[in-house]
Amino acid sequence: MTKSDWAFLSNDLIYASMAVCAIAFLIFAYELAWSIRIGEAKTTLSRRKKVLRIAQALTILYFLILLSGVIARGISAGRAPWGNMYEFSITGAMAFTFAYLIASVKFDVQWLGILITFSSLLTLGTAVTLLYVPSAPLVPALKSTWLVIHVSAAIISGGVFLLANCIAGAYLILEQIERKREGIRPAWALRLPKLETLDQLSYRLVALVFPLWTFAVIAGAIWAEAAWGRYWGWDPKETWAFITWVGYAAYLHARVTAGWKGRRAAWLCLIAGSTFLFNYIYINIWGTGKHTYSGL
Amino acid sequence: MGINLCGGAMSITYDTQPPQLSGIGFARWIWRQLTSMRTALALLLLLAVASIPGSIFPQRSQNPLKVNEYYGTNPGLAKWLDRLSLFNVYSSPWFSAIYILLFISLIGCVLPRTWEHFKSARALPPMTPKNLERLEEFHEIKGSQSESDLLALAESVLRKRRYRIRKLPDSIGAEKGFIRETGNLLFHLSLILLLIGVAFGSLGGMRADVIVSEGETFTNVATSYDSLSTGTLFSIDDIPPFAITVKKFQAKYDLVTNAPLDYQLEVSVVDKPGSPSRNEIVKVNKPLTFNATRVYLQANGYSPIVTVRNKNGEVVLRGPIPFLPQDGNLTSTGAIKVPDMEPQLGFVAKFLPTAERTADRGGFSTYPEALKPLLDLAAWSGDLGLDSGIPQSVYRINTEKLTQIGLAALAPGDTWTLPGGVGSITFDGFTPWVNLQLVRDPGKNYSLMGAILILLGLLVSLFGRRHRIWVRVRSSDGATIVHVAGLTRSPGLDEEIKSLVEVLEKDLKSEGEREI
Repeated sequence: MTKSDWAFLSNDLIYASMAVCAIAFLIFAYELAWSIRIGEAKTTLSRRKKVLRIAQALTILYFLILLSGVIARGISAGRAPWGNMYEFSITGAMAFTFAYLIASVKFDVQWLGILITFSSLLTLGTAVTLLYVPSAPLVPALKSTWLVIHVSAAIISGGVFLLANCIAGAYLILEQIERKREGIRPAWALRLPKLETLDQLSYRLVALVFPLWTFAVIAGAIWAEAAWGRYWGWDPKETWAFITWVGYAAYLHARVTAGWKGRRAAWLCLIAGSTFLFNYIYINIWGTGKHTYSGL
Repeated sequence: MGINLCGGAMSITYDTQPPQLSGIGFARWIWRQLTSMRTALALLLLLAVASIPGSIFPQRSQNPLKVNEYYGTNPGLAKWLDRLSLFNVYSSPWFSAIYILLFISLIGCVLPRTWEHFKSARALPPMTPKNLERLEEFHEIKGSQSESDLLALAESVLRKRRYRIRKLPDSIGAEKGFIRETGNLLFHLSLILLLIGVAFGSLGGMRADVIVSEGETFTNVATSYDSLSTGTLFSIDDIPPFAITVKKFQAKYDLVTNAPLDYQLEVSVVDKPGSPSRNEIVKVNKPLTFNATRVYLQANGYSPIVTVRNKNGEVVLRGPIPFLPQDGNLTSTGAIKVPDMEPQLGFVAKFLPTAERTADRGGFSTYPEALKPLLDLAAWSGDLGLDSGIPQSVYRINTEKLTQIGLAALAPGDTWTLPGGVGSITFDGFTPWVNLQLVRDPGKNYSLMGAILILLGLLVSLFGRRHRIWVRVRSSDGATIVHVAGLTRSPGLDEEIKSLVEVLEKDLKSEGEREI
């Protein structure tokens, strides 16, 4: 197979993965609508669980297709597929889904599936419509082993940060609902985990991935020293990576040392996460500096 | 209102109101305020917020041209932004003030805590609290064994799990996870090391740029630099005496996108005068290293080679003249100045590696490699203004006291006889130049070490688990009552205590069975 064959294959796989993801999303949504309509009646519970299982299986299938799409993209370009925003986005959606699938092995997070498939669709849709660039080799500054190390660490931490954000967001919504209804959940929300579980889960995810994010920043600094002649130059991307780092450091401090929990902690988590998103979207596209390579 | 000082094991409470003291008392109050963890955290957040404007406004340190552009479009606003150092955020007084305060706060917070930790390393676990019922994971079990047997069993179980034990007459205290606080302190101490590395690097460091054409040799002395910025503690003696000869520069470009694919620079290096030369290859990610000084390949362009003759046919200027690239296809502009003529001559010039011309854009290049090279010239005659004492850019000509005498476009080998018989210019060819950036950063190894230790400290403090467990036994009405409880800041205590209780219960049961 030639390089352009691989590139076309990759495109087809990405589109296929989006189709599967969309079906999974619809099934998750169907199941949710069902439960809102009739509540958590025991008669339908096992049937609904079956439906959920189908959606989850489709999510796994979607992930596998996306994974092969990303790999094919890498083969077509002859490098790790992390050279531009299109590639960051497809890999990011993959990392995000992977974090969810791993979490769902240990925790009961299938209720998140609808959010995961929806945001994946959004990310992939943006990637193929707005961010797509043909598969091409890298500019000289990106030709380094550090590309693999730095970018993979950044993408994985980004995926997990966003997952933690989804959970913190879900916490805030549920908390609001429970407060309004004096602690009683509406029927559709009964199966969702307890508020404390959500609170703990988002904290654990952040604590788990914060060292990786630290590593991503350090690896970036080591690479910058070799490529640009300085390890830290307050390039906009570096500045916002630092801000994200400080945000999550403050979050961890607030939780561990000051004992923050619940709403305040969830808001702090969301603020820190939004600095990551801002860095990824705004600085990459509209920012100036050494991380913005021409043509996204 | 009490505040947990440094949030550590030792908690000191104090008044947030300044005491009615003067002098030393007040200074001590200020110091305690500054070194509280709350202040340190606030300063860290403030540093993050303060760094935002630097990513919004153009920065002189990164892109001085953009700053000039900003001045051009918003002169009034730019003046005020400049007064607030918003074009130099990261070297501004207010930014420096925040990180210096943070630095002091961190030291004041972490050093005493390290000392406390060091002392407590040799101390025994804390005494058993009076009311274990009030602690986390409280369990009560009853049995008939002797108190000392039960305590000995609990002790052996906990010792096996690597708890440190304090023995008391009716109870034992156990503590594990000393390493968590060690990691926490290592993390914060390494932050200080990182900051020291940054400070050391900017004080003792230097950064210089030099443009070298293919075939030329660059000798590393301060006078050869095109630009130089140094830290306050940098001395000229710190410049290593090497020399670099640029033998060959090759750039490869993508034929479809025109994007650069690879830059390769072949050089021969002499470490110091008299030592043998060696050949090296420099690439974008592979700088040359001379101890703390590294040489980076930063940019490249073309130097047209021209010969200028006067009206008698004598050569008044010959050689490569570096031009500045204006776009990705290396459309390059420059100035050819001929001061040794009467009147003086100047050429405002444009070098086009792959020339193209349209009515609205004029001449430009469509590909960065020299496939169809062309030199566009505008000849000016008069006074170049070089003797005015005002420094001039070598890439530009001040045409105030000059008059234009003609325009021409030359291919390599072409000669243009200037109008009015003042002389001629020949476009002999061109050669690539490279911009070498010399960077000396004596602090970077400390920063790197600091960064690695930060990561290590972080991992240990996040994943190390610290537990304290107490077991107390007491007899009442012939039975032995065992109380178990613990204290923790990390997850897993419940399982730890549950399994201890299980062991004790099993022992109690088996003992009971034997009695029957």
